[in-house]
Amino acid sequence: MKTVRVKSIEETNALANKIATLLEGDGLICMAGDLGAGKTTFTKALGKALGIDDVITSPTFNILKIYDGEPMLYHIDAYRLEGIQQDLGFEEVFDENGIKVVEWYDYINDVLPSERLEIHIALDGEDRLFQVSGIGKKYQEIEEVL
Amino acid sequence: MKDITILAIESSCDESACAIVRNGKEILSNVVATQIEVHEKFGGVLPEVASRLHVEQISAVIDEAVEKAGISVADVDAIAYTRGPGLIGSLHVGVQAAKTLAWAYHKPLLPIHHIKSHIFANNLITNLKFPLLALVVSGGHSEIVYMKDDNSYEILGQTQDDAIGEAYDKVARVLHLGYPGGPKIDKLAKGVESLYKLPQPKTQGEFDLSFSGLKSGVLQFVDRCKRKGETYDDATLAASFQETALNEIMDKLVKAIDTVEVNQVLLAGGVAANSRLREKMDEAFKDRKEELILPPLWVCTDNAAMVAVAGYFAYKNEAFGDFSQSAKPSLKVMDIQK
Repeated sequence: MKTVRVKSIEETNALANKIATLLEGDGLICMAGDLGAGKTTFTKALGKALGIDDVITSPTFNILKIYDGEPMLYHIDAYRLEGIQQDLGFEEVFDENGIKVVEWYDYINDVLPSERLEIHIALDGEDRLFQVSGIGKKYQEIEEVL
Repeated sequence: MKDITILAIESSCDESACAIVRNGKEILSNVVATQIEVHEKFGGVLPEVASRLHVEQISAVIDEAVEKAGISVADVDAIAYTRGPGLIGSLHVGVQAAKTLAWAYHKPLLPIHHIKSHIFANNLITNLKFPLLALVVSGGHSEIVYMKDDNSYEILGQTQDDAIGEAYDKVARVLHLGYPGGPKIDKLAKGVESLYKLPQPKTQGEFDLSFSGLKSGVLQFVDRCKRKGETYDDATLAASFQETALNEIMDKLVKAIDTVEVNQVLLAGGVAANSRLREKMDEAFKDRKEELILPPLWVCTDNAAMVAVAGYFAYKNEAFGDFSQSAKPSLKVMDIQK
């Protein structure tokens, strides 16, 4: 696991930029962190880095939001799926080419591919700590160069 | 003029609904099967459960709507359906039902944007007078929309992060109030003074909204109190959150309205039921020339009559769809025909 300390929105943007480049158009990012930790903020920064013009808003209500772009961005929020065992009805999203971001991923861990970049955001005073773990070769390499 | 009768199907979230409406005004039938009781047990909507329930309910809902209207599907002019935005699995069920009906009865299809439906719903209680400004506030949306005529739609400002209803739900969770959070916070905050200082939302766009920072502000407030061993009053916190959130909306709405000439200002979406928001709207518009429309609750919640009204205007504008179009969970208004 690698920890990146982020002190400002500019630093969040820089981290998102770096990760967006390293993913090379395809990959799964699983995000954890309390309400207000900055998961959606990071995803917005990532979308911007990917060249997506649309306003990326919280997917909590619709659970899945899809943004057209090169690559596509699939933004999932499992916040409302806590404590239930069920099919999502959109697991095929994980087979698609594009960037998949899952917030509150531990609620749907059973249906997620095992290879992924896990990002846990924790607050440390005014700073945010991004704890990044790569699982699988591609993602381990990303973790190493961050 | 010849009557235009639209059969509409809505299944974007947790309501399976079918309605038949004549001339965008006269409700012949309006049937809603809600899943709220099922979802309440889990504290929210479950996508796969929702689509399964839609599959079970949709045929019965359509049958009932047709029977109550006392007409045959063959008598309607077109089939309208909600194409998006919404839960993908839920949307599919309504789209498929609409296509099947249109195919079997040789009727044109009208793909409808869910938020447009919420705005057009107001035509059921008043005559829409364009140009108008709509404040759309719900669990998934917070937008200030300018409509020059019945075929145009311009977003002047929108939330950059959380929707207002979502912020209510999340704050309600912090206060252990349960789901859905909106009505519970509204009730708890009633008549209570807002004394706690919470962060004011900041946005780049002049009329844009933001509720994520405020949500985090409530969380940090609670954490800080716990850390210092201080107590706080739930109702005061609920009131402080509500005042900050609604002031943000009113502030942007009043700013936006000064940039356009409109005949009406109307409220749409589920959060339109919020009693404090209605008070603030009344207050803000009592001395203005624009007519203020505050719809009753039955007009604000998800139903198919509103889709039929939007369908009526789409029919007049010949905004027909085709059979190749599928559900789009992140549908944008300009993309409705693509």
